[in-house]
Amino acid sequence: MHTVALETRDSTSAVTALSPILSLKQVEQHFVQPVDLAGRIANLFGAGLKTLVVQAVAGVDLDIYPGEVIGIVGESGCGKSTLGRMVSGILPPTGGQIEYQGKPVALMPASQRREYELSVQMIFQDPYASLNPRMRVIDIIGEAPVAHGLIRSGEKAEYVAGLMRQVGLDTAYAQRYPHQFSGGQRQRIGIARALALKPSVIVCDEAVAALDVSIQAQVLNLFARLRKELNLTYLFISHNLSVVSHISDRVAIMYLGRIVEIASTDAVFSRANHPYTQALLKELPDLRPGRRDYRPIKGELPSPLAPPGGCTFHPRCPHAMPRCNIERPLLRMVAPGHASACHLNDESTDLPVG
Amino acid sequence: MSAEMTIDHSGSVHGCTSVVSTSGSGAPVLEVRGLKTHFFTRAGIVKAVDGVDLSVGEGEIVGLVGESGSGKSITGFSLLGLVDAPGRVVDGEIRFNGEDLRQVSASRWRALRGNDIAMIFQDPMMTLNPVLRVDTQMVEAVLAHNRVSRETARARALEVLTKVGIPSPEERLRAYPHQLSGGMRQRVAIAIALLNKPRLIIADEPTTALDVTIQGQILYEMQKLCRETGTGLIWITHDLAVVAGLADRVAVMYAGRVVETGTTEAVINHALHPYTHGLIASIPTPSTRGKPLDPIPGMTPSLLNLPEGCAFRTRCGRATDACRQAPEAVEHRLRHWARCWHAGER
Repeated sequence: MHTVALETRDSTSAVTALSPILSLKQVEQHFVQPVDLAGRIANLFGAGLKTLVVQAVAGVDLDIYPGEVIGIVGESGCGKSTLGRMVSGILPPTGGQIEYQGKPVALMPASQRREYELSVQMIFQDPYASLNPRMRVIDIIGEAPVAHGLIRSGEKAEYVAGLMRQVGLDTAYAQRYPHQFSGGQRQRIGIARALALKPSVIVCDEAVAALDVSIQAQVLNLFARLRKELNLTYLFISHNLSVVSHISDRVAIMYLGRIVEIASTDAVFSRANHPYTQALLKELPDLRPGRRDYRPIKGELPSPLAPPGGCTFHPRCPHAMPRCNIERPLLRMVAPGHASACHLNDESTDLPVG
Repeated sequence: MSAEMTIDHSGSVHGCTSVVSTSGSGAPVLEVRGLKTHFFTRAGIVKAVDGVDLSVGEGEIVGLVGESGSGKSITGFSLLGLVDAPGRVVDGEIRFNGEDLRQVSASRWRALRGNDIAMIFQDPMMTLNPVLRVDTQMVEAVLAHNRVSRETARARALEVLTKVGIPSPEERLRAYPHQLSGGMRQRVAIAIALLNKPRLIIADEPTTALDVTIQGQILYEMQKLCRETGTGLIWITHDLAVVAGLADRVAVMYAGRVVETGTTEAVINHALHPYTHGLIASIPTPSTRGKPLDPIPGMTPSLLNLPEGCAFRTRCGRATDACRQAPEAVEHRLRHWARCWHAGER
């Protein structure tokens, strides 16, 4: 699974020869809620309360090649944001390892680790919550490069002005505070802040979800332009399949902490293999007018506190078989560069038709 | 009769038949003419809604589309008399079943709201009372408008919860809102809106906070309910793609005005207004991959100082000197109106 090669027909075929810039190996993240004092007292009387463990991310393998855009799609609670936070170094994984340019991050000496942390930056979902309301734009963008010695504080104004031009902000606004900007402009500030450290990978966690459609289109164009100009690699996390389909080279579909399907964008949207992906694609609102006959996927995402046994999707799956209750399907190749985790692929050589 | 006529054009033909049937279905449930809601702030008069015309027939779903600040939500609030100071409905006519809602008394409003007209809000956690169980809240809504026993009210609550697709509704009735997931909460909010069989539901971005799969379920259920019960529905949203598969007609709002309205098919496939064009071109799809999108330049202007004439003029590729005069709404095709001097040009 570590060797998911990119589909050669893809426009990014040039990067196949390269080694991955980031590589996740069986990365896990558990959140543990221990029994509190009241619970422990209750346990003395036989309440039988147990430590709660949420498997937010339960073993993800992913290779990210330089210059590509990987879209991570899933419903809320599937662990996609946690994955992004682990990649950007905010959350250390509780299991597995992350390798940056072939070296495991956990074993890096401090200086290398600093280099990794600076070169993987993050853009957050809410442009209202992610900017310090008491800082001026020049400080929001310029603080980190000065602190990390990329520039001297005397060069800050010029450096920030350059970044603001790059993301399409008027440089005259450098002395303003975040509340003086609209949502789209704030998101541009957030992008400039991420770019200030000259990163090679940017994790975009629902970076356009809070924006209006027309502003979202402007910001998506900005992402595409910056990628070309600066040769950036994006990990683009979103619940919005349309946005992901527009920007990504490869798409990974997550369900309850695991990647259930990963392939090139074309393959996912034209030849989806996993029943969950097929269901998601059916829900995709598009511009075909007319009252559509919705045949919605049943049920909701199960609680990650008590994930169903076997294939975690089986309670909602239209093709569920007895085997799905018992045995968890592993992610395996169904076509070159196209991996899917579904027992249907073993049953017959004919893939389920969506 | 009219109900069937409007409901019946569901699947196959959309263009002309729906136009004919809705226009021929007698008096619409809701008829809004020249609605103006202004906010009198210290900084000046904010014309949040500045001349909106809208009509909803029986069983008809109307999508009210616009970006933030376009006045779509305030339009919805105005229809229910929910605009607070410093805002005020200053002009226009709101006719609901022929009754002029701008003239009705507070007690009449109380009888109408939640009974004949219901609203579904964006965030179900804000609409549901967190310290009351679902059944308490639902029974209360029934008893407020009907002289029935508590048991009958509870039975009605159970019936509606089942209708909106909540599994094991008997159990959910005894739950508190925090015990339900976001999708479940929104279904409860929708169920409360449906309790008294309203003639009109105003839904303000009810699926924006939900996952696509849950959104699909809710769209499906709302569509079915409107078909079955003949309830008119105004679906307020910023996402043209959501209404495309749901609504019979679409009204696109910009800076307090409806700039284009027509059947969903006409508005999406033959958009007349450049703003509608821009909205459609802004939507990313698998087929736009690798190509830049064609977004509307600039951003929504402040409602405090709108450009004179056509408010979209400063962002518009078609703008000429003629646009310094405010364009009137013109029926360019049958039941397809646009407010633009250069409607339909490329």
